Amino acid sequence: MASTRLEGRAHRFEPNDDINTDYIISGRYKFKIGDMQELAKHVMEDIDPDFAQKVDSGDFIVAGRNFGCGSSREQAPRALKAAGVAAIIARSYARIFYRNSFNIGLPLITCETDWIEDGERLAIDLGNGKVIGLDGGGNAEFSPLPLTMRILLEDGGLIPHIKKHGGFSLERGEV
Amino acid sequence: MGGKTIAEKVLSDRSTSDCHAGDIVVAAVDYCMAQDGTSKLMIEELENLGFERARTKSGMAVVLDHSAPSPSAEVSRIHGEIRRFSKECEVELHDVGEGVCHQVIPESGKIRPGDLVVGADSHTCTYGALNLCSTGLGSADVAAAAFTGKLWFRVPETYRVNISGSVGERTGPKDLILTLIGMMGADGATYKSIEFVGDAIRTIGMDGRMTMANMVVEMGAKFGPFQFDDVTADWYDSIGMKIDNGVESDADAVYEREVDIDASDVVPKVAAPHRVDNVRDVADCEGIEVNQAFLGTCTNGRLSDLMSAAKILKGKRVHENVRFIVAPASRRILAEAVRSGAFGTLIESGAIVVAPGCGPCVGTHAGVPSDGDNVISTANRNFMGRMGNNSNVSIYLASPETVVASALNGHITDPRGL
Ligand code: SF4
Repeated sequence: MASTRLEGRAHRFEPNDDINTDYIISGRYKFKIGDMQELAKHVMEDIDPDFAQKVDSGDFIVAGRNFGCGSSREQAPRALKAAGVAAIIARSYARIFYRNSFNIGLPLITCETDWIEDGERLAIDLGNGKVIGLDGGGNAEFSPLPLTMRILLEDGGLIPHIKKHGGFSLERGEV
Repeated sequence: MGGKTIAEKVLSDRSTSDCHAGDIVVAAVDYCMAQDGTSKLMIEELENLGFERARTKSGMAVVLDHSAPSPSAEVSRIHGEIRRFSKECEVELHDVGEGVCHQVIPESGKIRPGDLVVGADSHTCTYGALNLCSTGLGSADVAAAAFTGKLWFRVPETYRVNISGSVGERTGPKDLILTLIGMMGADGATYKSIEFVGDAIRTIGMDGRMTMANMVVEMGAKFGPFQFDDVTADWYDSIGMKIDNGVESDADAVYEREVDIDASDVVPKVAAPHRVDNVRDVADCEGIEVNQAFLGTCTNGRLSDLMSAAKILKGKRVHENVRFIVAPASRRILAEAVRSGAFGTLIESGAIVVAPGCGPCVGTHAGVPSDGDNVISTANRNFMGRMGNNSNVSIYLASPETVVASALNGHITDPRGL
């Protein structure tokens, strides 16, 4: 895979569980703004109005259960990616958000997250399935991503995948 | 291996493989759709691929419903692009005023039992009521389905929800599904297919089944297929399709979990702010002031919803402090409600009528609440900011009966006590 180690700062929110797509990017913007960079300025604003200012390119969002529940709007992972978020680390994800994220090339890591503090620096080792606290603290392991997801990330997302192969090519042995 | 669930049968058939829960398959998609909030990204992705015609077996539709008629020049521009796209690529267009996608698509006669349908809208699971597998996905997935005619799926495990008994007076499908969501939690069925069976289900009409299938996504589920029965056959017949049988789960199908609910124990429910799984008895919320009441959406904007509301409102007027907004789910429903007299009753009771479509559900137009408002709504989501205003607006979700009972009294009211 292109880059197997990511480093960045953790951002946590209140609520921690069930952060829905309306919180990620409110429905009131999805018609107004088509440009993802513009949309990125409003990402998470209903639960943290300063998030767009605080986030640096390469940072991570850290959450509890069922991240991304709610609507199917693909603007949610796209706006996060446009805001600079390099990966999300959560205990579980809503189904549509999970697909959408890999489809647009944003990796989602599923592991225990209670030990991660807001603002903590983390490294994600995608190859070995580890999240490591760089400021002293803990770490967590995660199972390797399913092959389908790895193929999609490797190809840069679903549409680039289809473009590259002229259709689906998910039956490969390894990536 | 035991027998198969509906999800396993549909995905086996469409992928021409013998698949079971947990497998990942590439399956042929029968129909796909997008709405005005999700089409722009989908069109961009399709143009990027050099799209000409949908390869899904029965084609593709776009529906202008979320912000329709357009409230602004920006939205009009998007609508214009969608119209151009639909013409150039021979995609079926349901223009503003036809209704909300999850009513217009079933009415269009393009989907049938056993189909695999995807839509760029999370409540696409609604069509499960029609004995098929349908699910909501993002714009890129729907673009891929339209372009290749196929899509990858992880075959879901199935929960069987058995609802026995029969519901009491002024209690209905919305109360049943809210009860289930309250039991399961917002992620209690993530990635699962939910099959509804039982005596209570057999007596629920197609409108109520759609209400229930619509909300399976609120506990994270992927599909919500109902069995084929006389109600299903009659419904297809009503739109001019003669269909005698559908897809059935095998008697020895393997279910990951079985949930039993006795409908006679179910009472009117609300989902209190700001979570759909924050479910309480209406009786426990009685007296909370209401400023806006909304009857409509892909959950409860159908003919039987309007009729049960009208029955309660007949000869009465809603409370002077309540803005009572009604958005029929489709033009066809609006026409039927006019013919039956129910619509006249709603208007006489003080309803503010907006065009068939999503209405104020998602906060893009037609009824954004004021700061600090309490809203009681027949919709399916009550997240903070959902209706376009996050300044201390509280949204309570309930059945049509509870919504209009509350509109009459100006506070949350158990419809059985009226
Ligand atoms: S009525 Fe509401 S929930 Fe249904 S499709 Fe429209 S916006 Fe979505």
